[in-house]
Amino acid sequence: MAPAGFLSKKRMEDFLKEIGKDALVHVPVLEGNVVVFRPYGQNQTINLERPANAPPKAVIFPQSDTFFTFRFIKDPQDPKKVSVEINPPSDFPEAIIFGCRPCDAKGFKIYDKVYIEANGPDPYYMGRREKTTIITLACPAPSAGCFCTALGGGPAEKDGSDILMTDVGEGFYLEPVTEKGDKLLKAQGVAQLIEDGAKYGQEATKRQKDTHDSVKKPFESINYRDLSRDLFDDDRFWEEMVSKCISCGACTYLCPTCYCFNITDEKTLEQGERLRSWDSCMFKHFTLEASGHNPRPTKFKRYKNRIGHKFLWYPEKYEEIIACCGCGRCIRYCPVSVDISEIVSNLRKTE
Amino acid sequence: MDQMKNPYLPELATVVKIIDETPNIKSLQVVFNDPEKMKNFRFEPGQVGQLSIFGVGESTFVINSPPTRMDYLQFSVMKAGEVTAAIHELHEGDVIGVRAPLGNWFPYNEMKGKKILFIGGGIGLAPLRTLILYMLDNRADYGDITIIYGSRTPPDLCYKYDLEDWASRKDVELILTVDNEYPGWDKRTGFVPTVLNEVAPSPENTIAITCGPPIMIKFVLQNLAKLNFNDDHIITTLEARMKCGIGICGRCNIGTNYICKDGPVFSLAKLKALRAEI
Repeated sequence: MAPAGFLSKKRMEDFLKEIGKDALVHVPVLEGNVVVFRPYGQNQTINLERPANAPPKAVIFPQSDTFFTFRFIKDPQDPKKVSVEINPPSDFPEAIIFGCRPCDAKGFKIYDKVYIEANGPDPYYMGRREKTTIITLACPAPSAGCFCTALGGGPAEKDGSDILMTDVGEGFYLEPVTEKGDKLLKAQGVAQLIEDGAKYGQEATKRQKDTHDSVKKPFESINYRDLSRDLFDDDRFWEEMVSKCISCGACTYLCPTCYCFNITDEKTLEQGERLRSWDSCMFKHFTLEASGHNPRPTKFKRYKNRIGHKFLWYPEKYEEIIACCGCGRCIRYCPVSVDISEIVSNLRKTE
Repeated sequence: MDQMKNPYLPELATVVKIIDETPNIKSLQVVFNDPEKMKNFRFEPGQVGQLSIFGVGESTFVINSPPTRMDYLQFSVMKAGEVTAAIHELHEGDVIGVRAPLGNWFPYNEMKGKKILFIGGGIGLAPLRTLILYMLDNRADYGDITIIYGSRTPPDLCYKYDLEDWASRKDVELILTVDNEYPGWDKRTGFVPTVLNEVAPSPENTIAITCGPPIMIKFVLQNLAKLNFNDDHIITTLEARMKCGIGICGRCNIGTNYICKDGPVFSLAKLKALRAEI
């Protein structure tokens, strides 16, 4: 692994152009009053100060993704005989996520267990994951609702990133984390833009620590075994905690670790496609069966499932890892201020 | 991505026969278009498949023909939603998509040497059918086989061709019931759980397997408990809205278990451990 480097802010655009020669670079862009990830281009205001309102999960897990296209082919001899031709995509583009936060990068690690390790590789997820390089910015300051450190993460957590950048004032201190990240920094055009980072290491460490210490902790740490199953199974608890929830699903769409999806078909007369799209367990229709039966008929049952999935069942299945990265988006952007960190705090067993 | 197995790609199959089972249930017999795929296809009794109507979508159905009869795969479909309505519009010769086999299966090896009690209601006979036919094709391996099956009215009974066969066999006891008296019906009347109480089978060395509408299953389980059946010896199959069929999309989970992948077959003991509401 190469030693840490330094990228002057003056050279950031050159850096983006250079890495964009072989890959589609997704950058956080200010649009109106929100920051969202967009393909790097002209007339953009890149914003690295605020965490993006939506995580970059769509780069690897698109909001709507084509499983395959299909075409109906009529038999010229017998028009009643119609065969079907199915075509899955053959390849996925090289991509770079630039400037996401460590919590966002951790989200992909949560997905990896489900989409690669546990059920056999999902070819669409795996296809994009392998071709995506993640350049993370160590979080310069926590936002309202952030609680990454309580979940074992941190504003300078490296796990999940290929390169970790830390803002040290006039530029970024660049630490390669994986072979993939190392390779990117060593590529000829990129290497020319990078200076020796040695003298910025101390400043980077200081800034990382300052941010780390300023992240609020609703609880010290958490293990799924710490949660009270009695409270979890008590309907009254959920009625009290989420009576204000309006089942809008914003929390799930903005969540870097939510990965539930729907599969639907679209077609015109002769052709169409089968799509995977993000879906939300907050919606009544998510589990509504054709018979009219619904195993999660109330918002209480649905919210309980969401918390159960992230804080009990996922860790039970996958090495005790909590499937929440503490990015705080569901807290910041919930229209009725449901606070997941407060709910989990209340679920913890009191000694 | 060519080398990687794509679990979302359906295999093309042709509908070779359509059977009108009841006024709102049809069975499809399908054969994979690729003869190699058909020849090499293996599944276990109780496993399910996703049927695709291209342009409409997919739905999950149990393969109700047994693995001992591989000329075709049979699925039974009650008209209920968009996909099932489209399936009811199919004609023989039409091409559909099939993703199968998915899910777990009945522990038929552990049932060897035991008496088997099937309790089914309406289209709930479908998953039982695959196991019943499998056991009849391996008859010597199993003890007494009793089938209690009911539906609302006589026309609502599925698989009348099987029922006739089972009624005529000496090595199966078939007990049929319909909810109310009906012109021409000379067999039992009454709900399935009530008939179960009347028949009062002994739990000794017996495995009970039940499937039907949720309300029927609920009372069948209560009555089996009253008959002193052990939770380990009661097996049922669950349904849920499913999309991916491989335990990812998030719809059909009960805690850590996904009905599509870890089910649909569960013992009552397992369901109680999962705190499933049934």
